[in-house]
Formats: sequence, structure tokens, C-alpha cells
Amino acid sequence: MAKKEEIIEAAKETAKKVAVKAAQKAVEVASEVVAEAKEALEKAAPEANAKANANAIITPEMAKIPAGPLELKWTNYKNHQKLVNPANKRRLDVIVIGTGLAGASAAASLAEMGFNVLNFCIQDSPRRAHSIAAQGGINAAKNYQNDGDSVYRLYYDTIKGGDYRAREANVYRLAEVSNNIIDQCVAQGVPFAREYGGLLDNRSFGGAQVSRTFYAKGQTGQQLLLGAYSALSRQIGKGKVKMYTRYEMLDIVLIKDENGEPRARGIIARNLVTGRIERFFAHAVVVGSGGYGNTFFLSTNAMASNGSAAMQMYRHGALFANPCYAQIHPTCIPKHGDFQSKLTLMSESLRNDGRIWVPKKLEDAKRLQAGEIKGRDIPEEDRDYYLERRYPAFGNLVPRDVASRAAKERCDKGYGVNNTGLAVFLDFSDAIQRLGKDVVAQKYGNLFQMYEKIVDENPYENPMMIFPAIHYTMGGIWVDYELQTSVKGLFCIGEANFSDHGANRLGASALMQGLADGYFVLPYTIQNYLSDQIGVPRMSTDLPEFAEAEKAVQDKIDRLMAIQGKRSVDSIHKELGLIMWDFVGMGRTAESLKTAIEKIDALKKEFWSNVYIPGEANALNNELEKALRLADFIEIGRLMAVDALHREESCGGHFREEYQTPEGEALRQDDKFSYVGCWKYMGEDKEPQLIKEPLDYEFTERKTRNYKN
Amino acid sequence: MWLKDSSIGRKFVMSISGLALVLFLLFHGCMNLVLVFSEKWYNIICETLGANWYALIGTIGLAFLVLVHFCYAIYLTIQNRAARGNDRYAISGKKEGVEWESENMLVLGIIVIGFLVLHLYNFWFKMQLAEITGGATAPLEDAANGAKYVIALFTTPVCGQIYCVLYLIWLCALWLHLNHGVWSALHTLGWNNLVWQKRIKVIGTIVATLVVLPFLIVVCYYFGVGVGMLC
Amino acid sequence: MDQYIDIKVRVWRQAGPKAQGHFETYELKHVFQGASFLEMIDILNEQLVAEHKDPVTYDHDCREGICGMCSMYVNGHPHGPDSAITTCQLHMRKFHDGETITVEPWRSRAFPVIKDLMVDRGAYDKIMQAGGFVSVNTGGVPDANAIPIPKPVADEAMDAASCIGCGACAAACKNGSAMLFVSAKVSQLALLPQGKIEAAARAKAMVAKMDELGFGNCTNTGACAAECPKSVSLANIARLNREFICAKFKD
Repeated sequence: MAKKEEIIEAAKETAKKVAVKAAQKAVEVASEVVAEAKEALEKAAPEANAKANANAIITPEMAKIPAGPLELKWTNYKNHQKLVNPANKRRLDVIVIGTGLAGASAAASLAEMGFNVLNFCIQDSPRRAHSIAAQGGINAAKNYQNDGDSVYRLYYDTIKGGDYRAREANVYRLAEVSNNIIDQCVAQGVPFAREYGGLLDNRSFGGAQVSRTFYAKGQTGQQLLLGAYSALSRQIGKGKVKMYTRYEMLDIVLIKDENGEPRARGIIARNLVTGRIERFFAHAVVVGSGGYGNTFFLSTNAMASNGSAAMQMYRHGALFANPCYAQIHPTCIPKHGDFQSKLTLMSESLRNDGRIWVPKKLEDAKRLQAGEIKGRDIPEEDRDYYLERRYPAFGNLVPRDVASRAAKERCDKGYGVNNTGLAVFLDFSDAIQRLGKDVVAQKYGNLFQMYEKIVDENPYENPMMIFPAIHYTMGGIWVDYELQTSVKGLFCIGEANFSDHGANRLGASALMQGLADGYFVLPYTIQNYLSDQIGVPRMSTDLPEFAEAEKAVQDKIDRLMAIQGKRSVDSIHKELGLIMWDFVGMGRTAESLKTAIEKIDALKKEFWSNVYIPGEANALNNELEKALRLADFIEIGRLMAVDALHREESCGGHFREEYQTPEGEALRQDDKFSYVGCWKYMGEDKEPQLIKEPLDYEFTERKTRNYKN
Repeated sequence: MWLKDSSIGRKFVMSISGLALVLFLLFHGCMNLVLVFSEKWYNIICETLGANWYALIGTIGLAFLVLVHFCYAIYLTIQNRAARGNDRYAISGKKEGVEWESENMLVLGIIVIGFLVLHLYNFWFKMQLAEITGGATAPLEDAANGAKYVIALFTTPVCGQIYCVLYLIWLCALWLHLNHGVWSALHTLGWNNLVWQKRIKVIGTIVATLVVLPFLIVVCYYFGVGVGMLC
Repeated sequence: MDQYIDIKVRVWRQAGPKAQGHFETYELKHVFQGASFLEMIDILNEQLVAEHKDPVTYDHDCREGICGMCSMYVNGHPHGPDSAITTCQLHMRKFHDGETITVEPWRSRAFPVIKDLMVDRGAYDKIMQAGGFVSVNTGGVPDANAIPIPKPVADEAMDAASCIGCGACAAACKNGSAMLFVSAKVSQLALLPQGKIEAAARAKAMVAKMDELGFGNCTNTGACAAECPKSVSLANIARLNREFICAKFKD
């Protein structure tokens, strides 16, 4: 027994000794590791910091995306957001910039709720905003046609159409409120097309296999805008909205709160009739100023459409997201001369019945280009219906980016059908045979008439000629789920923000997004911000922040007026447009984008040293207005090129020729670029900083877009 | 009062007064037509519409209608010219589908009124007024024998033919005035729509013609008679 | 086939609302007939800017005939000598070599000139604010298909609603009347069940505002409909009259 105990005792001793030794050794090793780590850390710190900056990330929390399942996020948000009571609403002022679908609907809705709204537009009437030119229609997941549509399907089509570069939560919300929009518009007296039974009619649009597009002849945008305009007019009449027409915002005024956080508190605007610079205060500023497609000079945008409001926000710290995503619309009337001022869109709805083709034989194309024959002279078997050939499942109704690229591909190969070789046919002869000329005229009569007035050719007899043109910009100011930019109190809605369309927008979705933001999203989310502002009194516009902002604006105008160079504003803008179209257009390469940046930098110098602006600064001066806008277009153009250069993949409206499948389809790089590329302004002539908002698809599986089968 | 203060109200008054005058003219024309067929019956009608209370009320009513129609026309025209602004267009092109008469209603109206004065002097003054005043002002021997007087006026050589031509001018102006006035009045009253747009213009032309035709027949008939007497 | 032409443009120049205006004639060489009329004015303005002269001020925006911003009286016609289009859709092929084209602003008391060819059409907005709407707030409306509307009615409402508010009707009217504009809106909303409820009040309010702003009295010349770029029908005016007169009799 004793022996046994001794043995145990001895074993214990040995174990102890071993353990102590091991522990000692471990401590030694550990301290060594720590020292090494410390050393390494000290060495790596600056690098790591730099890296961390380069990989600055916006998390879903920062984007305020509500938790929970996709279909409950918006409901949950609304259930828990803060509200402002009616008495307090009267004490709060909101500035709304723009009177398009987003601006007018937001201004009207906010005023109806009780806020005091100051609404600004650059045209002579709020009814002129360019939303009015939208032709085709507006999507909604009503499933009135019983063809299997649902909120989820609209969401899915939009996400897929956007090449998986949009935020899931936002897009789902958009699809959810789409139905309310139709109800609202009908209640306002929007005369949507109807069937003989008296119920609403639908047509189909690109990128969808259901008919979910509501329309009012070829003037849907007009009717929806007039609906919003009438709601706005009602509030102006009641005195709840103070309308400022022919005013252009030239800067946003930020004032720091008690915690030192800058908040948007007003704007500096120029009265375009008198040239006077004026100051306006509000508790929050909402910008719905549209897209920046006019960077290309020739686009389907209106002449005064501009990106200046976006650039003002950007310079004040709002992030500019995905500037390179610009949509090129496949069906526009081709360019006909250097004097051309804009391109005219032919509605996407034409692709419902029109068939797109070019000749199969190069010699036919050559004879078309020489004007020796007309489209109708080419026999059926010699026509190449290339969309139907390449994409049998969707045919002529593939999404816009796909249709545009396909047209470019054919024209690049020499099959273009007009004198410049930059056009393809959109042919209605089949539809006329099938439905009769009267039915076609009833459906598209006004578009046909427009085409005939411009081109002087009868589209009933000869196929239309079309070519892609810049139409819409998916990129824009970064906003969180509440549509608030990275500047507190500064909101951005409609085309001006980046939120819902990803890398490519589906047809009839712009109207949906503009009205969703204005009627049903912003009026809710802005209260979450304003509920904290009820204690903030109306501030005087004599505050130094206003004075400084006004002075900066005045200085910029003075600087422009003082140049007195040799070139007109338009001539420089046209040059910018050519650079953009040639190097940042439908097919981009690293090389072309680098060239673009160089050329734009040179053009910027040229602009700031050689532009000539006649007239006076403090009077009505169209040339000055254009110059101010062009100064910003030049910056946007550069930003587009910078973003396009960094995004080494092809997705949606952004096509990098280096990244394509053997069949010429866009090739996404999901592992590297599945994020929103947000650019932060770092100062005049400094490179902007990239901040990423990763797009982790929780609810939807990312696939390669396939419109073939 | 909306009949005075609102544009549509003013137009409403123009329409109603105008249409009432059209009805009167229709009746008047038919009455005249009787002369061609029977002088006796014409005189009976003249007698019925002499110095009776209902004829008097009718006359006063008519005078009121004419006055209202005329004053409103002047008022509307002044307002409309003011609404045009101070600067006129240097060039004003012909507008497709716009009738000449529709833009010159006031001029036509003044021509009509001018002849109305002549007409009143020649007939009403010497016929109904003479009866009322008991012949104090009447150069006519027999105020009740309207037929004789009318025939005399239109058939007296040279002078009668000049009258006929003047009346023809008047009838032209009246036809043009009514060609726009009748459908325009109906339109102002709201009796028009997409389907009836063309029809209502045709109705206007028919009514204008129906009004003018009896007068025209009488004038032409006696012009012929007068010329016959000349030869 | 489109050719190159030489033209003279006789343009109304007026420095400001109160200034005395006058015509100025400019020569333009080698203008392509495929260019739009506004592109021709652009070329003229480029020429003026090159000569360090004040370019012609004019309103324009969408350039596809829908915003209603452009407003020129060309050779005696609002929106020029072509039917059913706006000035921005007018093309130079409507003019011939050597022609002198006269361009004037809208002339109407309710549309005062701001500068050159630019006029203030705020009066139309004010008429709309007086009643050109259906009084519904955002949200809380019935389903879009809750009330069926016969297709012909919806189509007629659509045709009335296609008005772009350019002001050509008042500009073309010898009486400076805005009836076609007002009637288009009143008609559209009176036809639809959603707008019918307020139809009488709307007609009264909009007509009262129209009269107050100094527009003239309609005499049914039809010049407005003849020159309307959207071919809005005169029948709308009849409907407005009906609505208004009935409303007044009901009072």
C-alpha cells in the first residue's frame, strides 16, 4: 500500500515539475509572440490605416436597413418609426427641390400632412419637369391580368434587371408600394387606358414576362406628372406650399447643431428672371432634381436637366453612388447632324409590336447607307431579327442595356441602316398586317406622328430607324433606407438618388420609383428625422453660414463672368458630350476611360479659361445658367469615368469590353464588385475616396442574367 | 351677378338674346313671305300686330333684346381687346377651320343694326308707331294697309331697286352673322359634344338660311316686279 | 429631300417687361432643313454669342413636344405653320430658301413678356391652383379598379387631359381667352367619376380665376383648337359651359 502511495507521490512531483516547466516555456513563447505582434502591429499601422480607409464600408446598419424578413422590413419600419404630431408639423419647414414626379408628389404629400413646404423649380411652371416626357408607362404588381404577377415577381424582375446591383430591401419596398401608386393616381383623375369592360388595361415592357405596365396613351409620364402637379397645385392654392418657379438652387447651406454635426438647413438659389441670389431656410432639404444624363450633351433629357444639385450635395459630403451606371435607351431617333440639340426617345412600348432588324447581307446595308434602297425593299429572308435570334425567350423585349448593346454590335460590324451607319430598323409591318393599321395607329399613333415630324418619313410604310441614346442615370446621390444622404437633414429622391435600379433600370420603373419615393416613402421616413427637429426654431437667413454660402456662389459666378474667353458654353458642352459618348459610352475599356479622364481634365481647364458668357450676372442670363450647369457636368463626367475605371466588370448599363462572355454578354465579377461604389468628395481637384456598401444578397440568389431561354 | 360678372355668364346672355332674336326673325320672315302670296292676309297680320297690347309688349321685349345683345357685344369686345394686350401680332396667319364671320361678328352685327335703323325708319316708324300715335307722325294715308306701302317702297323705279340691293347686303351680313351665331349660341349653352360638333354647325347654317330665305324671296320678288315695271 | 437653305429671321427683341420691343432681322446661311426650328434659333444664338451680342431669350425644355415650355408665334401661328405640333417639333423643311421668318412672343395681357420671346404663363398655374384637381390626399384611396370607367369615357378624358399648358390657345385667340385650357381640365375631371363629385365647384372656381386674371371672353372662333399642338377639341368648351351654367342655376 505504502509503495503505491510513494509511487503516486513521485508521479505527482514529476508531473508538477513538467507542468511548471511547460508553463514557463509557454509564458516565454507567449510574451515573445506578443512582442512580435506588437512589433508587427507598429510596423503595419500606417498601412493598415490606409487599407481600412480604402475599404471604408457602409454596413446595413449604417444604411438603416430594418431587420427581419424581406417582406416585413417596410412594415416593421413604419410600425416603429417616429412620427411628428400635427401641431408640430406646422412649425417645421421643408424645402423640396424639383417638381418632377418625385418632387411634386413629395411636396404635395408633405403639405397635405401639415408641413410647410417651399418648392423650387427652374422652369416657368411645376408642370414642365422632365418626368412629363416619359411615354410608355408605369409598373405595378397588381396582377390585374391574372398572368402570375406578384410583389415578389416585380421585386425579382427589378433586381434581376438591375443586374444584382441594387439593395434588396429598397427594391422590395418599391414593389410593395407600386400598387398604392396606381390607386392614388386613379383617385386623382389620371386617365389610364382602359379595356371595354371599364377596367384598367396593361401592356408589357422589357425585362418582364407579365403585363404589368399601366399607361395613358403614349403620355403616361405627362398624365402622372399632371396628377402630382394637380395635388401640388391644390396645396399651393391652400398656401401650404410656397412655389418658386424659375429659381435654381446653387448651394445647400449646412449649419452645425449643438453636437457639432452639420445639418442641411437651407439653400442658396438664384432667381433666374432677375438674377438675384436669395437665401432660404428650412428644417430639412429634399432634392428631387433628376438625373445627369445631359453630361453627354445629346441625351433624351430636357435641355435644362442637369446634375448641379447632385454636385452641390456631393461637395457638402453626400456620397455619389455608382456614377458610371448610365442607361442607354435602345429606341431613340438617330442623330442627324452636328447642330443637333437633343435626341428624341421612341417609347419602349413600341417593342411590344415592333420587330428590330438589320440586313443579313453587308451589301444590302451598304446600299441602305448610300440611300439607294429603303428598308421595305429588303425581302424577309434577308432580314436579321437579331434580338429574336439571340434572345429567343424575350425576343424584342429584352432589357434596355441588352438591346442597346446588340444594336451597337450590329452597327459596329457595318450593318447600320442609315447614312451614318448608326441605326437599326424597328419594323411594324408585321403588326400592321396582324392587327390592321387602325389598331396600330390607336396604340402608337402619337409616337408615329412624332417620328414623321422629325424624320419626314412615314413609319407606316417604311420601318422606323432607331439608335441607342443616353436616357437615364441609375447612379446618383447615395441614400440610406430613409432616403437620407450621408448629410443629416438632406434627402434625395427620384432619379437623383441611386437607390432602386441597380446597374440597369427596367422600362416603366422610373415613374414607379419617382412616385414611390414622393408619395409613399419619403413622407414617412422624413418624419423619423424631423421628429428630433421640433425643438429647432426657424433660423434667420442672416446667419454667417448663409452669408458664406451666398458669397461662395457669388464668387463662382463672378469668376465665370470674368473669363470672357472665346468659346460658347454649348461648344464646350458638345465637346464634353463627344468625349463621354466615345470613351465612357456603351463599350468602355480601361484605356478609353483613362483617355476620357485626361481629356476631361484638359476640357475643364479650357472651360475655366476660355468660356465666353455674354450679358450680366444680375439679370436674366441663359448663357450663365448653362455655364454653371456645365461646370458641374464636367465634374460629373470625370466622376463617371473614374467610377467606370474602378469597376472592373460588366453589369447592366456599365459594359467594360474586357469583361464579356465569348458570346459578347456582360460578365459580372460578383466576388469583387458586388457593392455600391460610393465616392466621397475630398476637395477641388483631389481624387475622390471610394467607400463601399457591400450588397449581400440574403434573400435572392444571384444568377447570370439570361434572356435567352 | 354671374350674368354680368363671369365670362360664361355674359356669353350666356348673348346666346339667349341672340336665339330669341333668331326666333323673332323667323316669324318676321314668314310673315313677310305672306305678302308675296296674298296682300289681304298680309294686311290682316299687320292689323293684328298693330297697336295692341300684346304687340306692344312684344315690341318692347324685342327692343330690350336688341339692346341687351348690342350692349353686351360692345362690352365683350372692349374686354376682349383689352385681354389681347397692347402689342398686336405683326403677322397673323390664317387659321385652319376658323370661319371669317366668327372673327368679325361685331362688324357684321353693326351692319345688321345699321340696316335695322333704316328698316325701322321705313316700316316700323311708319306702320306700327304711326298706329300707336294715331297717325300724328304718319305720312301714310292708311297705316293699316301695310301691303300697299311695302310694295310701293320696293317697286318704285330706281329708288325701290336701290332699296332691294341694300336689303340684299343686309341679308348677306345677317346670314353670315347667324351662320356663326346660331351654332355658337348653342355651343355656349353647352349643347355640343364631340359627336355633334359638325352637325351643330350644319344646323346653324340651316337655321341661318331659313331665317334669311323668306326675306330674300320677298326682296327678290319685288325687285323682279320693279324691274318689270321699269321695262 | 432636306436641303440647305439661307434664311432671314425677324425676331422680336424686348429687353424687359416694361421695355419697348422691336423687331430685329438676322441673316442665317446654310441652315439644314432637317434641323428643328429651335436648333435654328440655337445656331442664331451661337452666331450672336460669337459676335458678343445678346442671344435671343426664349423658353424651351423637353424638345419633344410635351413639356409645353416652348412658345413662339412663327409666321402668324403659335408653334408655327404646321399642324398639331409644338415649336420644338417644327422643322426647317417647312420653310424655303430666301424666306424671312417672323418670330414673335405670345401676345396676351395675361402673358406679359419677360424678355424677347419669353413670356410669363403663371396665370395658367393660378387657374389650376383655383380648382384643377381632385381633392384627395395621398393614401387611403380605393383600389384602382374599384370603379369601372367605360373606355370611350376614359379615352375622351385622356384626349382632354393631353393639354400641355403651353398657352397657344390664349395666344391664338383674338379675344385672349383661356377657355380651351380651362375646359380641357374641367372636362377631363368632369368625365371621370373621381372628379365628378367636385365638378360644379371646380368649373365655378376655375372660371372665376380665369376671369379675374384678365383673359378674354370666348366667342367660339375655334382658333384655339385649330392651333392647339395637342388638338384638344372645342367640344370641351361646350362641356365647361354646360357644367358652369348648370352649377350657377343650381345655386
